[in-house]
Amino acid sequence: MQFFGGSEINPSPQVPTASGNNAHMMYVFNRNGVCLLYKEWNRLLHTLNPQQDHKLMFGLLFSLKSLTAKMDPVNADKGNLGVPQLPGQGCSFHSFRTNTYKLSFMETPSGIKIILVTHPKTGDLRESLKYIYGLYVEYVVKNPIYNPGFPIKSELFNTALDQYVRSIS
Amino acid sequence: MAAIYSLYIINKSGGLIFYKDCGTKGRMDTNDSLRVASLWHSMHAISQQLSPVNGCSGIELLQADTFDLHCFQSLPGTKFFVVCEPGTPHMESLLRYIYELYTDYVLKNPFYEIEMPIRCELFDINLSQAVLSDRVALLGR
Repeated sequence: MQFFGGSEINPSPQVPTASGNNAHMMYVFNRNGVCLLYKEWNRLLHTLNPQQDHKLMFGLLFSLKSLTAKMDPVNADKGNLGVPQLPGQGCSFHSFRTNTYKLSFMETPSGIKIILVTHPKTGDLRESLKYIYGLYVEYVVKNPIYNPGFPIKSELFNTALDQYVRSIS
Repeated sequence: MAAIYSLYIINKSGGLIFYKDCGTKGRMDTNDSLRVASLWHSMHAISQQLSPVNGCSGIELLQADTFDLHCFQSLPGTKFFVVCEPGTPHMESLLRYIYELYTDYVLKNPFYEIEMPIRCELFDINLSQAVLSDRVALLGR
């Protein structure tokens, strides 16, 4: 239920409704926790150094997924807390909001996790995250020089991503 | 009317002091509810560390596929969180109302030891009344 229900392979981008930049930062992790991409547009507070920050973010998401799978009030048969879940297994969250930011999360069947941290009043970004995954497939996966499991170094991907994220309201 | 599945109250150290489960299928045993509460306490704290801006006070709303989790943290650090159906309205005001019930029936109870599990009958009775759907709708006015 969390994976792409639609029949489109490359969904069209959302119509930009406002100018300006609401995104603070973005992370892309693979299934082993390697941070493939970290982009920052507007981050005022850096609590930890980058490596610790990535690890903490990955750890938070891993534990939150474990928590939501266990807390699921609808499915009767759940694993024990702390058992690593396969992508797509168990109930997963798609966003959380604090008073200062909103974090939107998407996990693909291959274990790629895309995280976008934005302004707290942002709406549902699931379609935007699917579009970003589409960009990842086009510019990174289909790039013959790209080394899977290592950080992404594609200029085209960075430019397209930057352009798209700046257009999200 | 959208349903409330469960309510948890955690003290400032992360220990579960109250747990009410109104759901039917997703019931957890006591040990699991304790673990889930402590896990939430830690996740709440970690989310403050990852904030890009100053002044973050932790997760207020978590949206998952089959449920929403609303959390309210009082000034002393007691956390009240409720697991409900996605899109249930007025959960924030319900949590603030539950906080009022907590201060009236639990904190003002001379036999209640602070930070210990809540065993106050009046609190339970008033809480059951509050989570009935028509009351939740009234709170949202």
